[in-house]
Amino acid sequence: MTLLRVTDLHSRYGQVEALSGISFEVGEGEIVALLGSNGAGKTTTLRTVTGLHRARSGRVEFDGRDITRLVAHKVVAAGLGHVPEGRRVFPALNVAENLLLGGYLRRRDRAAVAARRDEVYEMFPRLGERRDQLAGLLSGGEQQMLAIGRALMLRPRLLALDEPTMGLAPQMAQQVLRVVRDIRDQGATILIVEQNAHQTLRLADRAYVLETGRIVLDGPASALAQDDRVKAAYLGGDPVIEAT
Amino acid sequence: MSEFVQYLVNGLTIGAFLALIALGYSMIYGVVRLINFAHGDVFMIGAFAGFGTLTTVGVSGGMAVPAMIAAVAVGALTTGIVGTGIAKAAYVPLLSSPRLALLIAAIGVSLALEEGVKVLTDARFKSYPTALDGGRIFSGAVRVTWGQLALVVISVALMAALWLFVTRTVTGTAMRALAMDRDAARLQGINVERLILTTFFIGSMLAGAAGVMYGLYYVQISFGMGFLIGLRAFTAAVLGGIGNLPGTMVAGVCIGLVQSFSAGYVSSRWTDVIIFGLLIAVLALRPTGLFGERVVERA
Repeated sequence: MTLLRVTDLHSRYGQVEALSGISFEVGEGEIVALLGSNGAGKTTTLRTVTGLHRARSGRVEFDGRDITRLVAHKVVAAGLGHVPEGRRVFPALNVAENLLLGGYLRRRDRAAVAARRDEVYEMFPRLGERRDQLAGLLSGGEQQMLAIGRALMLRPRLLALDEPTMGLAPQMAQQVLRVVRDIRDQGATILIVEQNAHQTLRLADRAYVLETGRIVLDGPASALAQDDRVKAAYLGGDPVIEAT
Repeated sequence: MSEFVQYLVNGLTIGAFLALIALGYSMIYGVVRLINFAHGDVFMIGAFAGFGTLTTVGVSGGMAVPAMIAAVAVGALTTGIVGTGIAKAAYVPLLSSPRLALLIAAIGVSLALEEGVKVLTDARFKSYPTALDGGRIFSGAVRVTWGQLALVVISVALMAALWLFVTRTVTGTAMRALAMDRDAARLQGINVERLILTTFFIGSMLAGAAGVMYGLYYVQISFGMGFLIGLRAFTAAVLGGIGNLPGTMVAGVCIGLVQSFSAGYVSSRWTDVIIFGLLIAVLALRPTGLFGERVVERA
């Protein structure tokens, strides 16, 4: 069953066209990757889908419902979680408070939020150990775990992740991708944006390749990993993980 | 010596309401990155709402404290509603416009409020009933009235309540988060526009309460009173590190003390020269405020 269907999505920043008609689908229980170099429109795609950025035209359907014009906080309520680029944890709030806000929409049910928070601590023991620490003082990997844990507080049906391995050491990056697979195995659907094509194609079921606001290739991840054009553009040698 | 103590007492009283106004500047700046130039005028409206309450219910000496509390409550509620209305009409629609548009809107709102009240009051001064000072607490060289004590107690209670709200409730935590990262707040399902209005409600309530306290302390109020007091409170907000609430509380009291001591030992004509000299010095030397950056940057 198709959980997310994006049809001919156009989006622009000022006069600059960022998305020139993007169409893709994410099926329930899939891990789908959006690949592409810097500026290809990956982040804009996620931001437009989750309502942080307004679409010029096109359609976004989530679970059969048109969410194209929905504002971001209502998209979250509809069951679409978004872990933004750069993690964006609240730096001067502690870990527990960050998670509390992840459950903001269920704030009337304190017990449920607290119980869910304990589950997140179980999933990420490191966060449990550091629950009273300010998020800004966590390591990059821990912040990424926190950003993911925060998005999981509402048990989203679809989790959109924007470059979750950016700036992380290779080992940490692998750990994050393992977590992503676990989340899927627990029943969520994943839409992941990555520059790190090598590892992402091993994780994903299917992938789309973006170039300057268009989808130029798509198919099963295993096939794309063997595709010469993908190899030339994104897999030319060892995976490079940039440090920020 | 008794002179010094007297200035200290006066300064703490003035600081008590300056801090309340400064907190509104600080909170509002936190969530919309706007210096709300109309905030001083919201404070002025609070003073008039309190005046209206007191002249309606009438006050005799024995009822001083309950009447005072009622006036503060009505003043705060009125400005809470006015401030929220201003934000909804003039600021929220401009949230995604350039910052300058917001600033100009704020100046427009400020002038509209001032001129509006000027017309409604025939540009006349009004006087709070003086029965409200409640008499002196003790006889001696230093003059401290029950009214003064009540003002300080009300102010401290309001600040404590604000602190508990901001640190202990989900909404308060969301407010702090919104000040750090608006988009990330949206992604938690926070209705940012509504939370901004809530912030305006609370910040304006504090200013309204301060307006009534000002009237109780200085007796005379007028449509133009918000301008200068607003700027002094703004100085306190900058001094405390705008967005930093505990710093703002302390700085508000400090500015009150500066005002009182400069008036006592130098001359009240020099008070604003000293306060705004301080503002310039802080902006030039420590733009993040005397208490430094409290916000931790992303690693």
